[in-house]
Amino acid sequence: MRWRREGWRRLRSLTRVDRLERGLDEEIRFHIERQMDKNLRSGMTPDEARRQAYIKFGGVERVKESTRDEFRPALVQDSLLDLRYGVRALRRAPVFTLVAALTLALGIGATTAVFTVVHGVLIKPLPFRDSDALVSLKHTSKDLNGGPPVGLSLSLLLTYTRENRSFEQLGVWSRGTENVTDGIFPEEVTTLNVSLGTLRALGIQPALGRWFSEEDHAPGSPETVIIMDGYWGRRFGRDPAIVGRQVAVDSRPRVVIGVMPASFRFLDETPDLVLPVRIDAGTLTLGGFNYEGLARLAPGVTVEQASTDIRRMVPLWIEAWPSFPGIDRSEFGQITPLVRPLKQELVGNVGNMLWVLMGTIGMVLVIACANVANLMLLRAQDRQHELAIQAALGAGRGRLAGQLLVESLVLGLLGGTLGLLLAFAALRVLSTIGPASIPRLHEITLNPTVLVFTLVLSLSSALLFGSIPVARFGSRRLALTLRAGGRGSNDSQERNRARNILVVVQVALALILLVGSGLMVRTFLALRTVPPGFTDPDHVQLARVTISAAQVDDPERVLRLQHDMLDRLATIPGVTDVSFTGNVPMAGERSRSSIYGEDVPIGDLSAQSQLRWFRYVAPGFFQTIGTRLIAGRDFTWVDLEDRRPVAVISENLARELWREPRAALGKRIREGDGSPWREVVGVVGDVYDDGVHRQAPSIVYWPSFMETFLGQQVNVRRAVTFAMRSSRAGSESLLRQVRDAMSGVIADVPLTRVRTLGDVYSRSLAATSFALVMLVIAAALALLLGIVGIYGVIAYAVTQRRREIGIRAALGAPRRELEAMFVRHGVMLALAGVGCGLAGAAALARVMASLLFGTSPFDPTIYVMISLGLMGIAALASYVPARRATLVDPALTMRGE
Amino acid sequence: MTKERGDLLQGTLAMLVLKALQLEPMHGWGITERIEQWSEQVLQLGQGTLYPALYRLERQGLIRSDWRVTENSRRARYYALTRQGRRQLETELAQWRRTCRAVNQVLDVTMP
Repeated sequence: MRWRREGWRRLRSLTRVDRLERGLDEEIRFHIERQMDKNLRSGMTPDEARRQAYIKFGGVERVKESTRDEFRPALVQDSLLDLRYGVRALRRAPVFTLVAALTLALGIGATTAVFTVVHGVLIKPLPFRDSDALVSLKHTSKDLNGGPPVGLSLSLLLTYTRENRSFEQLGVWSRGTENVTDGIFPEEVTTLNVSLGTLRALGIQPALGRWFSEEDHAPGSPETVIIMDGYWGRRFGRDPAIVGRQVAVDSRPRVVIGVMPASFRFLDETPDLVLPVRIDAGTLTLGGFNYEGLARLAPGVTVEQASTDIRRMVPLWIEAWPSFPGIDRSEFGQITPLVRPLKQELVGNVGNMLWVLMGTIGMVLVIACANVANLMLLRAQDRQHELAIQAALGAGRGRLAGQLLVESLVLGLLGGTLGLLLAFAALRVLSTIGPASIPRLHEITLNPTVLVFTLVLSLSSALLFGSIPVARFGSRRLALTLRAGGRGSNDSQERNRARNILVVVQVALALILLVGSGLMVRTFLALRTVPPGFTDPDHVQLARVTISAAQVDDPERVLRLQHDMLDRLATIPGVTDVSFTGNVPMAGERSRSSIYGEDVPIGDLSAQSQLRWFRYVAPGFFQTIGTRLIAGRDFTWVDLEDRRPVAVISENLARELWREPRAALGKRIREGDGSPWREVVGVVGDVYDDGVHRQAPSIVYWPSFMETFLGQQVNVRRAVTFAMRSSRAGSESLLRQVRDAMSGVIADVPLTRVRTLGDVYSRSLAATSFALVMLVIAAALALLLGIVGIYGVIAYAVTQRRREIGIRAALGAPRRELEAMFVRHGVMLALAGVGCGLAGAAALARVMASLLFGTSPFDPTIYVMISLGLMGIAALASYVPARRATLVDPALTMRGE
Repeated sequence: MTKERGDLLQGTLAMLVLKALQLEPMHGWGITERIEQWSEQVLQLGQGTLYPALYRLERQGLIRSDWRVTENSRRARYYALTRQGRRQLETELAQWRRTCRAVNQVLDVTMP
C-alpha cells in the first residue's frame, strides 16, 4: 500500500515538475528583488545592490539544482534519464545495436513462435465447456499385436451407456463420406457420424435449429442431418431458411434440422455434415469396433475410476450380445479398456516432440543472449573511459549499473519487438507448411498469453545479458582505469574470463543442438532407406471417384464403368500403368478384421483372431504402385467378372501362417463363417501401411468385386482411388486429361483426394521431417552464433594483445607460432565447451529417444564427428583473426600505441 | 559589518525555519530576514541552503505553501506550519534545550 502511494506521488509529481520549476524561478527572483530593495534602502547604488543581493543569495543555479533534488522524484527521474541516455547510447552505436537487436530478435522470435505452438497445442484447454472432464474411450487387446488401439462397437456403447457409473454423457463417432446429389452439382462430402451422447458430452448447441433427439437415432424415423457452418456457407450461401428443408444425401432425402456454430470444431476433423448414427439393437453383435468413443466424466470421477468401471462392464457386455458368426465369444474377453483425457488423445506423442523443440529453441535464445552479453562486454570495455569519468564525477556504482541495465532493457525490448514480428511471420509459414500430424494447428494464434510471454522473455533476456557486464564493471576500479591512461589492464583479465565462459557455454549448447539434429538427420535417412512397399511414389497420381447407388444401382454396372475408366485412363499419353484400390496405402484409409485359414491348426486360434488390414484392389494395382509380386499371380479381370473366390496376401502374413510365401499358394482363407473359402493365388511384398517407423502390418488383398463378403451378397467398391503411374504425375495437364477421360464415362463425377502417392508417403514422414527441420534450424543458428562468439573473443584478444604480438614479432617469434597461440586459445575454449556439451547432448538424446529410428540415442559416430567438426570450426574461427594480427608490421603496431 | 558570524550547526536549519514560521506564514526572504534579525545578524542563511530546506520540509509535510499577494501587491509563495510541523517544532525545541543544557553544564565546569 505504502509503496503504491509513494509510486503514485512520484508519478504525479513528474507532471508537476514544470510547474514547480516555474514556481521556484519566481520565488528566487522575488527573494533577490527584496534583498536588492533592502540594499538600496541602506544606500547602495543600484549596481552594487544587485551585486550584493546575488552574493548573499549564493549561486542561483546551484540553489535551483539542490532544490530540485528535493522536489523531484529522484528514482523515476533518474530512470527516465537513464532511458534517454540508453537510447542515445544505442543510437550512437548503430552497428552494435543492429547486430545485438537482430541476434536477440532471432532468439526471441524463434522461442516465441515455438511457444505459441506449444501453448496452442499442449497448454490451452480444448474449446469446450469444462474440457478437463472429456475423455476418449478405446480398447487394446493382445490380438492387436501391438498395433494401434481400436474404438467401440455399437453393442459396447449400449452396454456402457446402460451400466456405467462414471460418465455424465457417453457417445461414439466415426468419419465417413457421402455424396450430396441434389441441386446443381453432385459432390462428395465428409461426414461426422455421431451417437446421441457425443455432442451432448461436448456441450455445444447448434447455431440454428435443434440438436439430434433420441428419435433421430432410432431406425425407421425420418432421416435428418445437421450442417456444419463451412458447408452451410459454401453450398447454401448461409441461407437461414435451410432448416426444415430437405437435402438429398446419397440419394436419400434428409431433413436439415440445424446448423452448427462457426466456432465449433470437432477435434481435428473437418466434416461438412453431421449425421446421426442409427442403432438397431436387434441386429448388433459383439464385434465391429469401428467407432471412436468420447465421454464426459461425471463430476468427481477420475480417469482411473472410469477405467475400473469399464473393466467391470466388459464381461457384462460379452454376456449380453451375440457373437460375430464363427467367432468364439471368449476371444472378446481379451480386450482392455483405454480411457485417456481427450486432449492427451488428440495431442498424442506430438507433445514430446514439441517440448524437445521448445527446449532446443530455448537453448538458441541462451546462446543469443550470451552473444549479446559478449557484445555488451566489448562495448563496456570501449566505454571504460567514459564510465570512469562518470564515476569520478560522482555517479554512484548503483547509478552506473542502472544505466547499463537500462541500456540492456531497451535493447531487450527492441529485440523482443523485432522478434515478435519474426515469430508472426514464422507462424504464418508454419500454419501453411506445418505437418498435418500436428493437431490443433488451426487453433494457434498470437494471443495475449503469448505477448506476455514475449515481454517476460525480452526483459529476462535483457537481465541475463545485461547483468554480466554490470557485474564485471562495478565502479570499484574505474578510478584506477583513469589513472592507467584508459588502458585499464587491471581487471581485463577478469573480464576476459567472463567472455571465455560465455563462449564455452555457447559451444556447449551448440554441441547439444548439433548432436540432436544429427540424430534427427540419421533418423530421417534411416526412414528413407526403408522400402515402403511401393516404388517411386512421386510418379503415381491418385484420384478418388465415387459412384453412388443413386447414380448407378447395379453393382455389375459399377464394375463395368470402373473398367471403362481404367481403359480410358490407360490411353492418356505417358501413363504406363493404371489401376484402382478401395483404400490407399499409408493414407489411413483402412479397415481391419480377422481371417481364418482352412488348414491352420485349430489350437492356433490366436493367429486366426488377429486383426489384419483389408485392402480391395483391381488387377494391376501391385504393378502400378510397384509392390513386388513374390509368388503366384495378380488378380485378373476374369477373377472379378466371374466372381472367383480368390485372395492375395502379404509376405509377412504368408510367413506367419504357412512359414513360406510359396507354401501359401493354393491355401484357402475366409473372413467369416458364412463366406466361401477363397484361394490364395498370390503373395506380394510387405507395405508399411502404418508408416515406415512401425512394423509392416499383415495385409489381405481382396478383389474389388466379390460375392458373399462379410455377409453382403455382392461386394463392390463404389468409392475407389485410381492410381496412374506417369512421369507427369501431379501436373495440371495430366489432371485435365484424367478429368476428360472420366467424364467420357460418367458426366459430372467429382474427382476428390487428388494427390500423388509421394504426397501420402511424405505425409507419413511429416512429423519426423518437421522435427528435423526445426532442429536443424535451431542447430544452424546455434552454430552460427557460436562461431561469431569464438571469432569475437579471439579477435578481441588479438587487438588487446597487439603490443605483445608486436614485441614478440620484433624479438623474432615466428609468425606461425604467434598464430598458433591464438588458435590454441580458441580450440581450448571449444574443447571446454564440447566437454560440457557432451553430457547435455546425452541428456537431450535420452528425451528424444521416442522420436528416433534406426539410430541409438548415443550413436558414437555422431558424437565424435560433431565434436571434431565443432573443434575444427572453432580453430578456423580463431585462425582468421589470429592471422590478421600477425600480418601487421610489428613496428607499426608498437608505434600505434 | 565586522560582527561575528555563526555558521549554522548541522541540523539546526530546519528547526530555525520552523521556529521562524511559528508566529505567522512568511515567504522565503522573510524567513531569512527574521532569523537574521532574531539572531542579531549572527546567523546568516546564505549560500542557498534555505530553499532546499523549505522544499524538503514541505515534502515531509511539516510546512505547506501557497501563493499570496504581498503588501506591495507582488506575488510570493508563503510558507506556513502544518499541525505536524508544530508538533515537530516542539519536540525539536525540547530536544535542543536538553542538549544545550547538557553541553553548557559540561562547559561550565570550573577547573580548580
